[in-house]
Amino acid sequence: METVTTLGPTSPPLSVRDLWVEYRAERGLVKAVRGVSFDLASEESLALIGESGCGKTTLGVALIRLLVKTARIRQGEVIYRRDGRAVDVLGLNPRELRRFRWRECAMVFQSALNAFNPVLRIWDQIHDTAQAHGMVSRDEVRRRAMQLLEQVQLDPRRVIDAYSHELSGGMRQRVLLAMSLLLNPQVLILDEPTTALDILTQRTIIDLLRRLKADVGFSMIFISHDLSTAAELADRVATMYAGTIVEIGPVNDIFYRPAHPYTLGLIRAVPTVTGEFEELRSIPGAPPDLIDPPEGCKFHPRCPYATPQCRTEEPVLQPYYGETHAVACFNVARVQQDTGDLGARFSQSLGDSIL
Amino acid sequence: MSALATLTPLQKTMRALRNIPRGIWRFLKLMSRNKTGFLGFLIFIGFVLLTTVGPLLVPEAKSADILAIYAPPCTFKEWRVFARDAWFKGIEVSAIEESGAPICTKHLLGTDSQGKDIFAQIVHGGRDILQMALLTGLISTFVGITLGALSAVIGGRFDAFLTILADIWLTIPRFPLLAVLATLVKLDNMLMLALLLSFLSWAGLYLSIRAQVFSLKERDYVEAAVALDLGLWHIIFSEILPNMMSYIAISFTFGMTSAIYAQVGLVFLGLVPLTRNWGVMINLAWTQGAIFFKDSVYFIMAPVMSIALFQLSIVWMSRSLEEIFNPRLRTG
Amino acid sequence: MSEYLIEARNLVRTFGTRKARVTAVDDVSFGIREGEVVCLVGESGCGKTTTGKMITSLLKPTTGQVLYQGRPVWRPDGRKADDFKTYRLGVQIIHQDPYASLNPSHTIYKILSTPLLHHKLVASPAEAMTRVVELLNTVGLGPVEDFLTKYPHQLSGGQRQRVSVARALTVNPRCIVADEAVSMVDVSIRVGLLNILSDLKRTLGVTYLFITHDLAVAKFFAWEGRIAVMYVGSIVEFASTPQLINNALHPYSKALLAAVPEADPELTRHKQRLQLRSQDIPSLLALPSGCRFHPRCPFFEPGLCDVQRPELTLLEDNHYVACHVAARQAGVAGA
Repeated sequence: METVTTLGPTSPPLSVRDLWVEYRAERGLVKAVRGVSFDLASEESLALIGESGCGKTTLGVALIRLLVKTARIRQGEVIYRRDGRAVDVLGLNPRELRRFRWRECAMVFQSALNAFNPVLRIWDQIHDTAQAHGMVSRDEVRRRAMQLLEQVQLDPRRVIDAYSHELSGGMRQRVLLAMSLLLNPQVLILDEPTTALDILTQRTIIDLLRRLKADVGFSMIFISHDLSTAAELADRVATMYAGTIVEIGPVNDIFYRPAHPYTLGLIRAVPTVTGEFEELRSIPGAPPDLIDPPEGCKFHPRCPYATPQCRTEEPVLQPYYGETHAVACFNVARVQQDTGDLGARFSQSLGDSIL
Repeated sequence: MSALATLTPLQKTMRALRNIPRGIWRFLKLMSRNKTGFLGFLIFIGFVLLTTVGPLLVPEAKSADILAIYAPPCTFKEWRVFARDAWFKGIEVSAIEESGAPICTKHLLGTDSQGKDIFAQIVHGGRDILQMALLTGLISTFVGITLGALSAVIGGRFDAFLTILADIWLTIPRFPLLAVLATLVKLDNMLMLALLLSFLSWAGLYLSIRAQVFSLKERDYVEAAVALDLGLWHIIFSEILPNMMSYIAISFTFGMTSAIYAQVGLVFLGLVPLTRNWGVMINLAWTQGAIFFKDSVYFIMAPVMSIALFQLSIVWMSRSLEEIFNPRLRTG
Repeated sequence: MSEYLIEARNLVRTFGTRKARVTAVDDVSFGIREGEVVCLVGESGCGKTTTGKMITSLLKPTTGQVLYQGRPVWRPDGRKADDFKTYRLGVQIIHQDPYASLNPSHTIYKILSTPLLHHKLVASPAEAMTRVVELLNTVGLGPVEDFLTKYPHQLSGGQRQRVSVARALTVNPRCIVADEAVSMVDVSIRVGLLNILSDLKRTLGVTYLFITHDLAVAKFFAWEGRIAVMYVGSIVEFASTPQLINNALHPYSKALLAAVPEADPELTRHKQRLQLRSQDIPSLLALPSGCRFHPRCPFFEPGLCDVQRPELTLLEDNHYVACHVAARQAGVAGA
């Protein structure tokens, strides 16, 4: 499969090439990730947007090889680069993998209670994690932990000796963020960072993430089904459908000039709070069965622009709008005609942007 | 499809009857999903057949035979020799005695202290146990379900009272009480024994079913049924219980196993005047000192192993039952 | 005849033991007119779900009254009124979790036909079948043969929610309480479901109490209706949707509207946020004195806001706010 568009620096910290991940299920083989390729530039934040069953979580977990036993990475490369050296994450042995995880690339899971060990205090969990990844000095870990907890706007003394159930959802999410930054990783992967949080708590987490990224300078991949989180935090957005990336580009392009029917459909299905009442449109149908997907483009049964070619041939990501924006669709021109009204929204947003 | 609701009662009956063989086949298929469960099921069916149909085929061991006291079963070698002789010399099975074949070929499992065939005793002695186990299982499960479900759903003082009662009940040592009652009440009736055992063991089942119903009644679909005003009866029997069928089936099987132990224990102690019972066999074997001789050990082991194997088959079978009652396996 | 189909008067609901009681809903009053959409919006723990359940027959208020068609539903001694059944069937609920709202051991046909047959709303099983087919068509599940004999686990989340709606419709309710009914459904399917609910409002005149934490969904669904914003057990603002969206008066509503991330990058990154004084959500066991929001409120006035609880007051046409400062600014006496 041909490489897709990359942008900017010549040595992006993370490059994924033609990644295929499958699960063994009772009925057959679930092709959860099918040929995904992208680059993550330095200090960039990339949003992986998609709905249930699109493979985004599998992809995220596959990047640090935390897949369940029934899953298998069939093929592909995940190249990680730092200080001029490059490794294929998929080829690391267990010892090297352990060094890779948390030092180079950390994952922040959803802040559900079961992300924590209920019988350990926060300090114990931080200490355990640090020790497991090679930080030996207890005092140094303590110092670093307090520093990080402050950075995520928690009162360190209050939190460090607490149990996870004593903390609110927002506080737990911040603790997880702090833990992920323990060893100064270059890449952070966040799985649904703001789902299941209240509006005001979401706001603090989003602002915090933005500030942390600016201060610390890591690259970020965050996985979400929530378009508004992407609009807040992402530099680039990739929409996923049925295991592949169907569109990838800068955030403004995706929101104001989407070129893929699925992206367009998503944007038109999500209401905004500010502004006048807008008609919303749903996408008819349901996601395809990943064990036995349809022929051709996987979105064609639900696509208003589908042509006979779409039913037989699966489109690949092609550059569009220059180097930075790629789409996997045969009918981009027709889609673009319909996105005109979104462009109007763009200029209107700039107009009444202050509440 | 549109004919689903428009059949006459006669048509419905005909359809149900025709569906029986298909139903049996589906049942067997579901049973066979779990290998242990299926094995247990086969052994269980084997025992049922052995003890219900067996007595018709195997004559009862009535006559004592002094010459054949504690005759052990044939060893492999002896069977081989006998088979070869029978094949080549064409010996009639019915004429074994005269032919001079060893005694053990007449008695599959050997003989007891009076020379009676052990196998025949096993065949004839199992029926009481099975019947009683089934009966007790059914009664105690029924009582446990009704009281447990009602208690959890109605709540309030009714629930509080029953729970306290059950807690106290559990502290009563069951077997000694049973032994004492057995001396006071005449326990020759199967039903009486079943009722008595159920009466003594309702508390455990009640508490566990109550706990399960408590958790299920908080489900959204139960709340929806309440909002739709479908009534207490419907909610318990149509909404809640079908979703605990595997739980109930397992409770039933454990009800059976504990009933068997109780009965055998009682009979072994000689408290229940039953004859023709595995427990009686153990009792006789014990009092006759069967454990002291090498050849006589079969007398005591045969009933013990039968009981153990039967219990095992019940427990294994419950694994398959778990899977059967899981609606996710019904593909509709 | 009352102007409201359902009215809540001073509803209070507490939970817990005698030693530790938590007030989930603290003196909530509002009315829903026939055919109207009222949204209850708020963050977790604000009491919106508890209020919703008290509007249905599923939860009894600790104190306060629920009136259905002008008549109280609970008698003073706490027992059900005589025509409780009319009320119970008249207000149905749709749950949030599509994976828990349908009985896993019933087929779709059984789920939908049971209420019909139980309440004798149909004369025969054949008629029940016709009605079930009709309901499936109403909620857009077709072809019907594909659904009748299926079990819930064979349907997708969106399809299950539609079955929930159909089930609610079996008893011809006047009002449907939707408790976060679209929160666990995929975004692209959400709109379809909301449109079905809107259609029912148009064609059958169904009234809605729509509970959600998502302001954007509330705005879309209740554009022609009203929104009540709840905070720690009471309503802090209650207005028509356009009024709330464009001219929210309570500081908490303003903070919420400003904090919501929008699916529009330029808009959301330039949106001005309302800074709150504290991030801490009050514990229900130790509520702040006076106005519950005062520890976080940027317009807090010492001596006023932490002393006296503001009442829900009419500040402009059809716009109620519970805030001393807002009331004063609107020139309304009191507070």
